[in-house]
Amino acid sequence: MAFTIQFVIDVLSLGGAYALMALGLVIIYGILRLVNFAYGELIMVAGYTMYLSSGSGLPWLVMAALAVAMAVLFGILTDYAAFRPVRAKSVTAVLITSFAFSNLLQNAALLFISPRPRNVPLPDIFSQTVSIGGAITPVRNLITIAASIVLLAAVAFLMRRTTLGIAMRAAATNFTMARMLGVPANLIISSAFALSGFLAGVVGILWIGRIGTVVPGVGLEPLLVAFIATVIGGMRSLPGAVVGGFLLALIDTTLNYTLSQDLLKFRDAFTFSLVILILLWRPQGLIKGPASGQRT
Amino acid sequence: MKHSYLTALVLIAVIAAIAIGSQLIGIRLYDRIATNLLISLVLVVGLQTFMGNSGLLSFAHIGFMGLGAYTSAVLTIPAQMKGMALPDLYDFMKVVEISPLLAMLAAGVLAAVVAAVVAYPLMRLSDAASVITSFALLVVLYTVMNNWSAFTNGPRTLFGLPKTTDLPIAAIVAAVVVVVALLFKESRTGKLLRASREDEVAAAALGANIPHLRWRAFILAAFIAGIGGALWGHFITSFAPKAFYLKETFLIITMLVIGGANTVTGAVAGTILITFAYEGLRGTEGALNATAIGAGQVVGLTEIVLALAMIAVMIVKPGGLFPNREIGHILTRARRKKETVA
Repeated sequence: MAFTIQFVIDVLSLGGAYALMALGLVIIYGILRLVNFAYGELIMVAGYTMYLSSGSGLPWLVMAALAVAMAVLFGILTDYAAFRPVRAKSVTAVLITSFAFSNLLQNAALLFISPRPRNVPLPDIFSQTVSIGGAITPVRNLITIAASIVLLAAVAFLMRRTTLGIAMRAAATNFTMARMLGVPANLIISSAFALSGFLAGVVGILWIGRIGTVVPGVGLEPLLVAFIATVIGGMRSLPGAVVGGFLLALIDTTLNYTLSQDLLKFRDAFTFSLVILILLWRPQGLIKGPASGQRT
Repeated sequence: MKHSYLTALVLIAVIAAIAIGSQLIGIRLYDRIATNLLISLVLVVGLQTFMGNSGLLSFAHIGFMGLGAYTSAVLTIPAQMKGMALPDLYDFMKVVEISPLLAMLAAGVLAAVVAAVVAYPLMRLSDAASVITSFALLVVLYTVMNNWSAFTNGPRTLFGLPKTTDLPIAAIVAAVVVVVALLFKESRTGKLLRASREDEVAAAALGANIPHLRWRAFILAAFIAGIGGALWGHFITSFAPKAFYLKETFLIITMLVIGGANTVTGAVAGTILITFAYEGLRGTEGALNATAIGAGQVVGLTEIVLALAMIAVMIVKPGGLFPNREIGHILTRARRKKETVA
């Protein structure tokens, strides 16, 4: 019983974080049909904001809010630096600019801060554990589950009930038509980047809360997770991203429990091989999004 | 077709000029830089055969380079050194020792076989999904290289490769690869693939089996990457898996993209340009490190400048320096124009 609870909590907390990461990526992809390679660096930005503000004596929640705000700011900056100037050109051009921008941010952190890991301030609650039905769980896992439920619900509400969300979904389905009906394109794209940055910021705090330190390459793993989760779930669909995130967490956690120590080193290789198998079976991903329209 | 010969001639002349020029100057540092340049050229032109013709960005290329480098290493490290260099190697492999040339071929073949198996399902994807999976493939290859200690000595540095790559050999391989890339571009597969790059739906309607065409190009690219990896391994003689990861990937993609991914000329031009820029910037970084007292190491400056250059090129000239015409084509057109004017 204790084992089952442990397993479920592990899957849900990892899956919640994965789902949020995937969601942040797919919001951009859904509207612009473009992959944001600089997404992982938004998580890095959140981490370094925490590190830089750690000496200021501010309460932790203020620092966290500051970190999320910086991630949002850099999300919007990504739009202006890497996407807007080349948006109308080829898809490859935009992939490359976002890849270059990701490298730019990473190396800027390397140059101006340090290549070595930096400690991030965390409240005590992140390192405590509780016992639920005999399973000992770190409290941060429960925080992750709670945060992901709240955020997923908030994003669902935003997308379904608000004007902004409806405009975003309209833009994702048929960009040209949405523009003709008076949806301001640049505003929608910038808000999508801001929302993506917001999710990245929150995930960043939760993710770095697990590790405790931040390095320039910290964004790579979340980026990969988001990539794989969106490919499994279906690149065009927001629920697909969430499903993909939880599924990937289930696969990862199962492998964690079942593989021997020798094979565990290869876990990523196994996970990605599974992804290839899923794609063989359903090249569109598990959940199909709206039919693709013209971009920009 | 005629201008393809001219292109091949011009590009081979450039490669020869680099090799002979640096031999004549006779400074060892320049020799190293020139050899490095030619090895990068092999890799970038290899990437061009896939990326340029299919229009799909591939991140996995450096992974196949690593595969080639390790294959060649395992096959050529002298038997008496294997105990030290690769302590966990399987027994039956310990006695194997073949000539570096054969090993280079084996490296290419192994990379191609792995690519053929792995990429078959992936080539059905296009756009973003294909880019993402190629990125994932890079991570898989890196994970395997980093952990399969028996063959790669794990994350530790592998040493003991015989140093067999010198400037003439690198130049010959580079010239052959350039010719192969041009031939592939003009072959039936290459032409159909380029048609699919321009318009997927129209090409498919004309009967092009796009996943299959992409698959062939991907195998060729992996083969060239494997050869390039072996070449590099025998030049550098000791390396660790982290040499085959994001930093290198960024560098070769920068080279190809700034030069122009659609043409072999672009690949060559980009490699030369970025190698010089890279060496210059590295020199500056080194000089700054020598002068800055107590200010800590300057790292990452080179990459920042390259990233800015890449974004600028994409904004101003999204096709790179040679967006769609090979150098031979440009030259023949220029001459014809002059004739008509005169």
